[in-house]
Order: sequence, then structure tokens, then C-alpha cells
Amino acid sequence: MQVNMVEEKQKGGVKARRAVAYVVLTIACIFCLIWFYILLINATRSKGELTKGFTPIPSVHLFENLKNALTGTQPILRGMINSLIVSVSTAALSVYFSAMTAYAIHAYEFKLKKAIFTMILAIMMIPTQVTALGFLQLIDKMHLMDNFIPLIVPSIAAPIVFFYMKQYMESALPIELLEAARIDGAGEVRIFNTIVLPLMVPAMAVQAIFSFVASWNNYFTPNLVISTDTKKTLPILIAQLRGADFLKFDMGVVYATIAFSIFPVIVVYLILSKYIVGGLAAGSVKG
Amino acid sequence: MNKKGKSVVSYNKWGYIFLIPFIVVFIIFQLIPLISTIKNSFYINYRDGLEIIGPKWTGLGNYGKIFSEGLFLKDLKNTMIMWIMGFIPQIVISLLFAAWFSDPSLRLKGQRFFKTVIYLPNLIMASAFSMLFFTLFSTVGPVNDIMKGFQLLIGKISDPNEYVAYDFLAHTGSVRTLVALMNCLMWFGNTTILLLAGMMGIDTSLLEAAEVDGATANQIFWRITLPILRPILIYVLVTSLIGGLQMFDVPQILTKGSGQPQETSMTLIMRLNKHLYSKNYGMGGALSVILFFITGVLSFIVFKFSGNQDKYGKK
Repeated sequence: MQVNMVEEKQKGGVKARRAVAYVVLTIACIFCLIWFYILLINATRSKGELTKGFTPIPSVHLFENLKNALTGTQPILRGMINSLIVSVSTAALSVYFSAMTAYAIHAYEFKLKKAIFTMILAIMMIPTQVTALGFLQLIDKMHLMDNFIPLIVPSIAAPIVFFYMKQYMESALPIELLEAARIDGAGEVRIFNTIVLPLMVPAMAVQAIFSFVASWNNYFTPNLVISTDTKKTLPILIAQLRGADFLKFDMGVVYATIAFSIFPVIVVYLILSKYIVGGLAAGSVKG
Repeated sequence: MNKKGKSVVSYNKWGYIFLIPFIVVFIIFQLIPLISTIKNSFYINYRDGLEIIGPKWTGLGNYGKIFSEGLFLKDLKNTMIMWIMGFIPQIVISLLFAAWFSDPSLRLKGQRFFKTVIYLPNLIMASAFSMLFFTLFSTVGPVNDIMKGFQLLIGKISDPNEYVAYDFLAHTGSVRTLVALMNCLMWFGNTTILLLAGMMGIDTSLLEAAEVDGATANQIFWRITLPILRPILIYVLVTSLIGGLQMFDVPQILTKGSGQPQETSMTLIMRLNKHLYSKNYGMGGALSVILFFITGVLSFIVFKFSGNQDKYGKK
């Protein structure tokens, strides 16, 4: 009897707690999304409408604003192409060479293996900002200032991507498979490209997305390297928007420009969210 | 026998060959810059108008100057205040959400939807997000409009019907709150998923045993879940601190690099960015080296604790 009552009480308690959880989670979601909702609404409103105050109902000037943003003084379209070039190259290089580095550590036995592995882990946390000064001086000496190369090539050495790949290989790449391939007479480079890489596709996809997004969003280094208008990436153009005399701008265009840099990532994220959120957790259990 | 041993050796040289790209790029773009940054920190080297002063050896002069000018401690204080203001709500919310998601008795539906939405802000371009907040919270922006609608603004003395907009960028408290709010929004989803992964790893028989013994959900959380999570919590705390020290995009764009009002939202990396822009390499170098050492110590802590975590896992 008493046990029953306790159970009943707990059931009621669970129901109440569940209700609270749903309400709080919903509020959190609204809090996460409302900024982008306002952005979307305001990107559809004309300059005149925007000065009249905020309404939650979208207007009809989205394409006008987008057109004005694209043809305005800021080279947004060019910026988008630049951002794409840099981010795609960064993601490709970082994923391919991190897999290669992880493979070297995973599949071979050599004298310095442990030392190199420890070193890569040790440099994992060094922020790019603290070496930025020497980095800028160096690329200045190499005549690579105002060039995409210093934004792309350093991603070949990406310790965090490497670490993820190494973890993944431990569970997905049996050494016996490599030995079988060797008996069949395959060369080491061919084994890596035709046997190892296909097995690594799930891990590479997750890390490619993260590398792409990190590079797409990066502001600090590109801002110090790039100076020509037509080579600027989106974050630099956004910063210029803030730097210029803000009130002179057509606010509809400002919102459209921000939307331009944010929504492509959101769309890609929503399509791939299953892999991204899952991949995050998979990496963190081990890391 | 002999032949086999030979072929193993010749395979293993490929380990070195496959490491070449990483090592070469690391040496050129990270190691050499790091060494020359450290070297720069020992020289006086800056621009005065068009004139280049130095480089002239000064030993630890730049370091002395960084502390005696007081800017470093001031910037560090700003950075830490904004980090703490963002981190405390972030860790509280994340713990709560992770506990809910992992609680088998709650059986929450739509978990994937919630996780997807709360992780979303983490992927947004920080500079665009900051620019968005700037426009939303500007004196002519929608937040002021909404506040006017709810009559939260005071009228002008001359004409009570005309409202004075609240300038969020003119007050230390509101600027820091905006920066903290953005950081919290961008990171709590990430932290939730990290903590959740840790909670899912807890042996459910422990929790069931506690439940059978009559422990409440609260007791289970505080007495069992949290102590087991300690290594992950320390990992989250320290990595967030390392990230916090690198705070740049959000306050930089929000305040146009000025750290207004009166540099009270100026972070360490914003100062470094200023030094790099004005080619004040001596001071920039010293600041970089100090940041490098702080990050190094913090990373070592993470390293040590994640090592312990592995040991627990093997048990």
C-alpha cells in the first residue's frame, strides 16, 4: 500500500518534471532562434519600413534588398566566392593530410612514433593568435601577403582533426586488412588512397564540415593577411560594415548582407545536422 | 626469415614519409612563427608615424612595460569578467539539459530536434552574429522599438511622448552583458552535448541501485552524477577558459575594436590585434608570449585530467 503510494507520487513527480523540461527546452530553443527570425524578417523589409519600428510579420522587399546588397559598394558576391575558395580548400587539405598523418601513426612502427604523437597532442591547444606576429612577418618575407595561400596551406597541420582521425582509425581500420593488401602487391601510397581513405569517409565528412565552418567564420587571420578589396572574405566585409558610418547605410541591405553570411551555413547544418551532432558526441566520448 | 625482417623495416619507413607534410607545414607555419614571436618580444620595435623605431635589444623590457602600464591586467580583467558572465549561465543550463536528456525516467521526446537547435548558434559566424546583435540593439534597432512598445523607456523631459532610446553600447554593464550573452548562446549547446556524452557513459546500474535505495532525482544528480562527471567538468571548464582568453570576434565587431566605453570591454586578443595592426612588434610579441604560457599551463591541466579519464574508462 505504502509502496504503491510512493510509486504514484513518483509518477506524478515525473510528469511534472517532464512538463517543466519541455517548457524550459522550448524557451531555450526560442532564445536560440529568435535572433535569426528577426534577421530574416528585417531582411525582407525596405529602408522606410525599418525606420517605422519592428513588426514580427515579414514584408516583400527581400529580393530588392538582396539585389542592393549584391550591387552595392561592398563586394559581397566576390567575398562569398573568396570565402568558398578558402574554406573548401582548407577543408579538403586538412581532412586529407590529417588522415595521412593519422595513418602514419596508426599503421606503422617506427622509432620516433611516440615522441611525434606526444608532440602533436602537446601543440593541439596552441591558439593561432599567439603565433600570428611571427606568422605575419614570415609570410611578408615570403611575399605571400594579400594572398590566399597563407590562409589555406597551414591547415595541412591540424592537430585536432588528426586526433579525431586517429581515434576513428583505431575502431575502423584493422591492420590485417593492410597486410592482406600488401600480400596482393599494392604499394603503400595506393593502399592509403584506395583502401584506407574510403573506410575513413564518415570521419572525414564530419571533420570536413567542421574545418569548412571554422574557416568560413574565421576573421582574425584573414583580416591581418588580406588587404585588397576583391580578395576579402565575408567576415572582413561584415567588419567593414560595422566600421563604416553605420547610420548612412540602407539597413535593409545591412540585414541582407548578414543573412548572406549566416544562412548558407544554417541550411547546410540543417541538412547534415544528424551527422554533425552525432559526430560531436562520438569524438567527445573518446577525447 | 631474414627477408621478412627486411621487408617490415622497409614498410615502416613509410611512417616517416607520410608524416612529412604535417611536419613540414607545422615547422614553417607554426614553429618558426612561434620562435620569431618569442624573439620579437625581447626587442623594442614599433612605428612612430612613418618612422620605424628599433629593433633594439631590450631584454625583458617589453614584459616590464606590459605590467607597469597596467593595460595587460586591465584587459585580462575585462576578458575574465566577460568570460565568467557567459560561462556560469552556460554551465548551469548545460548541466540541467544534459541531465534531462540522459534521464531514463523522463523519456523526453524530440531530443534530436532540441539538440540540433541549441547547437546551431555554435556554427554561426561570430562576426556576423555580433554585427547582427549590434544592429538589433542599436539605438534605432528593433530591441529599442520593442522596449518602447512595452513602455520600458523613459520619455524626454521636454516632450514625454518622445522616448529616449537606450544606448546599449554606452554602458559598461550592457556591453559586457551583450558579449557574455552571445558567448553563452554560442557555446551552451556544445557544452550540453559534451556533458551529455559523459552522462550517457555512466553505468546505469549505479543509478538504478540508488533509485532502488530510494534516492530522489536530485540526490542522484548531486551525489552520483556530478562526482563521476568531475573530469569532464574540469575539461569543459579549462577548454572554455582557453577559448575565453581568445575572445575576439564578438567584442571586436560589437565595439568596432574600441572596447567602448573607455576600453572596459577590451580583450587581450583585441589588444594584440591593435599591436599587430600598428606594427608594434615588441609589445605584441611580449603579449603573445604571456598568452602562450598561460594557454600552455591550462592545456597541461586538460592533458593531465583527460589522461585520468582514460584510466577510469579502462577500469
